[in-house]
Amino acid sequence: MFTGLMLNTWIAGTAVAVIAGVTGFFAVLRGSTFAAHAIPNGAFAGAAGATLLGFNPLAGLALFSVAGALGIAGLSRRARNDVATALTLVMMLGVGALFVSWSTEYAQEAYSLLFGEVFGVSSDEVLPILVLGVLSIVAIAVMFRPLLLSSALPEVAEARGVSARRMELAFLLVMALATSMTVPVVGALLMFSLMIGPSAAARSVTARPVLAMSLAVVLALVTVWTGIVVSYESNWPLGFLVGVMGAFFFLAGRAYAAIARSARDLQAPPAT
Amino acid sequence: MRYIFEPGFFTSAPVHVALAVGTVIAITSAVVGVFTVIRGQSFAGHSLADIATTGGSGAFLVGVNQFWGFLAFGAGAAAFMEMIGVQRRRGRDVATGVVLGAALGLAALFLYLATQSSSTTGASFTILFGSIFVITTSTVPALIASALLALATVVVLARVLLLSSLSSDIAAARGVPVRAVGAAFLMALAVSVALSAVIIGAVLSTALLIGPAATALRLARSPVRAVVTAAVLGVLAVWIGIVLAYDSFYWPPAGRGWPVSFFVVTLVVVGYLLSLLRPRPPTATQDNHDPEHACSPA
Repeated sequence: MFTGLMLNTWIAGTAVAVIAGVTGFFAVLRGSTFAAHAIPNGAFAGAAGATLLGFNPLAGLALFSVAGALGIAGLSRRARNDVATALTLVMMLGVGALFVSWSTEYAQEAYSLLFGEVFGVSSDEVLPILVLGVLSIVAIAVMFRPLLLSSALPEVAEARGVSARRMELAFLLVMALATSMTVPVVGALLMFSLMIGPSAAARSVTARPVLAMSLAVVLALVTVWTGIVVSYESNWPLGFLVGVMGAFFFLAGRAYAAIARSARDLQAPPAT
Repeated sequence: MRYIFEPGFFTSAPVHVALAVGTVIAITSAVVGVFTVIRGQSFAGHSLADIATTGGSGAFLVGVNQFWGFLAFGAGAAAFMEMIGVQRRRGRDVATGVVLGAALGLAALFLYLATQSSSTTGASFTILFGSIFVITTSTVPALIASALLALATVVVLARVLLLSSLSSDIAAARGVPVRAVGAAFLMALAVSVALSAVIIGAVLSTALLIGPAATALRLARSPVRAVVTAAVLGVLAVWIGIVLAYDSFYWPPAGRGWPVSFFVVTLVVVGYLLSLLRPRPPTATQDNHDPEHACSPA
């Protein structure tokens, strides 16, 4: 379970979980859940195109996820954010459908890009994943404070000279970077569950940013590691466990928050 | 004329079915879509389509007509989202996202089990991207009946829906059961999305839901006109898309035809981008920053 190809799986899975926890925390805080879904999902089309033309799918993923981030940020200037996201997403997927229809034996590969192929990580894939992962973590670390401020209190941030629009674009680009490394491992559809479930759960347990982010990373790691063990034993898809455990953590976090709230109310009645 | 409509276009039975069903879908999606955009529920609309794929793959697994799988999962997910807090603006996207994530996980499992037993990897593809030319005629009555149901729900609720979308406080003060209205709308959304998911594929049904509606809301000055404009735009996109897809059969590179979904999406998005060029009408029907006043009631 810890030899050869499986070692690659563990390394890649761990990197994916850490980056999903870190970026997911901000995605949940900023309410950019839809973008977190749209960028990986649309990037899938890029991988399809790259495969069609004989390039490395990672290049196509990177290109399309950056294009998606720019498209969402650009359209958001003129339109409502959710509409901009939806239209960017469908355009990328429409192109993806075209690419897939052109190639002949793509169905299996499309499935693994959508749902992930964590046991097929080869040794030369591990390095780019780690490099991209470190890059996106560094990017988040560098802009941690302004991003946090702009996510939590956009008006205050504007007043202090942090442009909300620029922060949005920067965050979407980091998400695009993170996406291009994670999609081949967990799949376009489930990268999203890994970003949202643990982070939403962590947010409902604690309001302190660093603590919530660390908790999100821990929960994401638990999810991925459990997923790897279970799907190694049972051959079930990793994505199933990621999705279901994410929802479970979220519900558990909500239940914990509700219990904590009612316990607090019992101790000290609210002074209104 | 012969160059626009390739020979056989008007006599082909699959084309007839595609045109008829496509029209129904386009109208339903456009009308429901106008309210979806006003309420800022694009993400829920897209999620319900993705979630319906889970139902589609589940139905594929047990061998039931996919239509029922789409419908059952769409409605179930709508109920679940409503339960865990989709009605609040804050945190709504997260609730939607969690339900979507769980459903996608289930979809992965269903597709895995399905391919285990019958080794048809193409199935996942059909479910996600759909194909308007392979509608089985037996599902057409059920499709149309559900579309009419969703449409009727929205039309009946139109006034209270608009009011509660614009200001839930005023609506509540006037005795509108805001939450019940929201839940009913979400159900109508689920049904209409499940429908279009069967036709142009779950992932791309978002295009017909959001595109024409968002375009119409930029162009029209009143909700009624927006609904009519959206329906016309949606129907046009579907018709032109079907014609182009039929013509594309002989186009390079594969000689197998380009997917309908590609054409429909491109038309919808280009239409929206064109509408951005036009300056806003004086009584702005859509506001960028304040979803509470997204549409001014006429």
